[in-house]
Amino acid sequence: MKSTILKTATSYLLPILLLFSVFILLRGHYHPGGGFVGGLIASIAFVLHGFTYGTENTLKLMRYHPAVLIPAGLALATLSMFAPVLLGLPVMTGLWIDEPIPVIGMVGSALFFDLGVYLVVIGVVLTILFTITQYNE
Amino acid sequence: MLIAVLAGLIVSILFIPFGKFFRQQAAIAVSLLPISLFLYFLSYIPVIRSGLPVSFHYPWVPSMGINLDFHLDGLALLFSLLITGIGSLVFLYASSYLKGHPYLDRFYAYLSLFMASMLGLVLSDNILLLFIFWELTSISSFFLIGFNNDDPVSRKSALIALAVTGGGGLLLMAGLILMGHLSGSYSIQEMADNAERLKNHALYGLILLLVFAGAFTKSAQFPFHFWLPGAMKAPTPISAYLHSATMVKAGVYLLARFSPVLGGSDYWQYTLLIVGGVTMLYSAFHSIFRTDLKGILAYSTIAALGILVFLIGIGTPESLVAASVFILVHALYKASLFLTTGIIDHETGTRDVTKLAGLRHVMLPLAIGGLLAALSSAGLPLTFGFIGKDLIYEATLHSPGILRFVLTAVAVLTNIFLLYAGFLAGIKPFAGSLPQQFKGVHLPHGLLWIPPVLLSLLGVLFGCFPAWIGEVLLHPAAQSMTRLTTVAPLKIWHGFNLVLLLSGVTLALGALLYWVRKPSEQRLSALTRFNALSPEQLFRRLYRSIIKLSVWYTNTMHNGYLRVYLLRIVVFAILLLAFRLLTADGIVIDLGTVSPVSIYELVVGAILVGGLYLSVTTSSRLTAVAATSVVGYCICLMFVFYSAPDLAMTQFTIDTLTVVLFVLVLFRLPPFLNFANNSVKIRDGIIATLFGCIISLIGLLVLSEPIRTEVSNYYGDNAYVLAKGKNVVNVILVDFRGFDTMFEIVVLSIAAIGVYSLLKLRLRATEKE
Repeated sequence: MKSTILKTATSYLLPILLLFSVFILLRGHYHPGGGFVGGLIASIAFVLHGFTYGTENTLKLMRYHPAVLIPAGLALATLSMFAPVLLGLPVMTGLWIDEPIPVIGMVGSALFFDLGVYLVVIGVVLTILFTITQYNE
Repeated sequence: MLIAVLAGLIVSILFIPFGKFFRQQAAIAVSLLPISLFLYFLSYIPVIRSGLPVSFHYPWVPSMGINLDFHLDGLALLFSLLITGIGSLVFLYASSYLKGHPYLDRFYAYLSLFMASMLGLVLSDNILLLFIFWELTSISSFFLIGFNNDDPVSRKSALIALAVTGGGGLLLMAGLILMGHLSGSYSIQEMADNAERLKNHALYGLILLLVFAGAFTKSAQFPFHFWLPGAMKAPTPISAYLHSATMVKAGVYLLARFSPVLGGSDYWQYTLLIVGGVTMLYSAFHSIFRTDLKGILAYSTIAALGILVFLIGIGTPESLVAASVFILVHALYKASLFLTTGIIDHETGTRDVTKLAGLRHVMLPLAIGGLLAALSSAGLPLTFGFIGKDLIYEATLHSPGILRFVLTAVAVLTNIFLLYAGFLAGIKPFAGSLPQQFKGVHLPHGLLWIPPVLLSLLGVLFGCFPAWIGEVLLHPAAQSMTRLTTVAPLKIWHGFNLVLLLSGVTLALGALLYWVRKPSEQRLSALTRFNALSPEQLFRRLYRSIIKLSVWYTNTMHNGYLRVYLLRIVVFAILLLAFRLLTADGIVIDLGTVSPVSIYELVVGAILVGGLYLSVTTSSRLTAVAATSVVGYCICLMFVFYSAPDLAMTQFTIDTLTVVLFVLVLFRLPPFLNFANNSVKIRDGIIATLFGCIISLIGLLVLSEPIRTEVSNYYGDNAYVLAKGKNVVNVILVDFRGFDTMFEIVVLSIAAIGVYSLLKLRLRATEKE
């Protein structure tokens, strides 16, 4: 699309939306939010960019194809699932660091699991949408 | 023991990374696996001989009663030794027979897998474990039979073998579960201890039927015998292994193993006698018409299996000893004959028995091996076959009543035919003068001819010292099928009696038949005229009609129109829910629990209805999509009103993305056309309204149910205590029900890969054009 307003707005909105999605991801454990919604918001940010500047440019901006995020997210989620096994605990036992870390808050295996979900959602949504877009072009 | 059973599986997995190396350098080294297993099982002989079975217990899924329980007694040991012993020879033989074959590694992988599953089958004490190995043998034999996978006939016979044995396996599973359920234990030993409980149960007949279905399909009993001759399409080492000692004996093993559990009743006895008797006569008779060496062997194998089933059916201690002797006799001579046939085929390029002659001039050791095997199959004195035949006659003669004459007559007839078949396969190719075309034939590599000769010699050795092998191996085997009270040692000489007379008659008539009758093509073709009536043709017809049915079903039910799918799903849901609501005791709706409607909700509801109206009536796709998304956003607002912010957020983002997706796809569609005429619209409208009404009704019904709060209270109380989170929804997603989430993201990934590959593959196809 050739709208100057949209272009200008998008270049500001992309980082803000991404930051917002991370915020949603992190606050998920205590307030409404979480990896799934966070991932969707981040994908919307990229889709918006794609609408404005074209999918090719978005892919260039991302450097790696979003499909890469799928195995990365799955691996992270799986690792966080099985990490407790190394300590002799059942699979998916929640492990937490006792003291909260500044800005991020409490860090535990569930956070990494959620991060995995976040990455997978971005990967899936963008792969599907960009594949269809490119098919159309 | 666990390692011994699983070794084959492990080795077959190792072929995936190291297959190429094995194929080129170390094919023969794989034979170390069965050889070492053979030695391992040999070391158990002294223990088993003393009458003490050995049990091994490894917990696996104890909560479901599935454990890796292995039980090594006489019967299991006999089979284990056959599996690993003949396995060793087949492994060695194949390394030379298939030398340079491009898929030699694959061959050994399947063979190891098969050997491991057979071992597991005969050693399992837990019937569920037994079933798992049973199915594994079906699957691995499928790969083995279809090994020449570029030959359509070979593929077809592999499929038929799998369909028949696999179908029987399913019935067997039902039978086994029933057995385990009724007797309260999944261990064969425990079942045998209180066998009366099963035998007196009302469902005993059904159990028998199911178990028989499994055993008869596997052991190729009439009318399921037809898959076995078809399976001869496999390379000869495979036929030798599958049909002499292993695969087809699995059904016999199952019957022998369950003899103490299910045996002894009239149903058991007469079914086995009739099926075994028909099978042995039918296929022994058929075997003398074949001209293909492997065809002869195939039919005589079915006959031998019939004899075994028949002997187990008689069920006296005598007949069970005879069965265990005959298992060994048959395995030795049949494996030897198969391997000999393989060499003949390999060296001369034909298996047609009418063409083969005089090969003793060029392959003397093999001729001796073939002769000995044929004599053992004929039951000449001083071969092991003689002992086997004697015992069979003794068992039939000692059966009660009038039955004795019928059974003996059947046994004598079968043995005459079998003698003829054995002579055709073991003597005919070597006798007479050597035709010109085979002058160039020479004795192959030692790895090829030593195994069959060794097996034949063993047959003679056991025949000369029957008491020894009987005491060491065969009596313990019979002992695990029944309680032997008196153990009569196996003897060569029983004195002049009826049994000896019958043996003599068999030999004389069989030899006469061989002398008089020459195999010919005409006789074979005369027999094929009856093929239309054979069970095989019936099976093929059934097979074709199943395919037709599935084609019809796919075309009518899965016609590719999304709207038709949706319509069917919704209509089905309506019918199901309406049926449930109508049969309920009475519908009580308590409107008192419904909260009053606020002004916000009214406004949002009005917008929603407006959006709905627009989306149905508009003639522009984009408008329709936008209107539907208005509906979606209105629902989000409803979620917000009823304090479900997580849900609202997710729904909101999903709705946005869905619109984007729609817009992307809309580009591809042709201009808007309204296919639906008014009657279709009315039909859809009625269905949609009905569905909406039913869902609303159910929603209201749920409200009037007493609310159960245990689960939500548990989550509420423990979210922070156990999972350190204050947002219960998120804690459920990432912690309490984390496994669900895990599978959900896996499903999402699969969807993404699906879209990607579908569209990308399409792209490449169009690029090519």
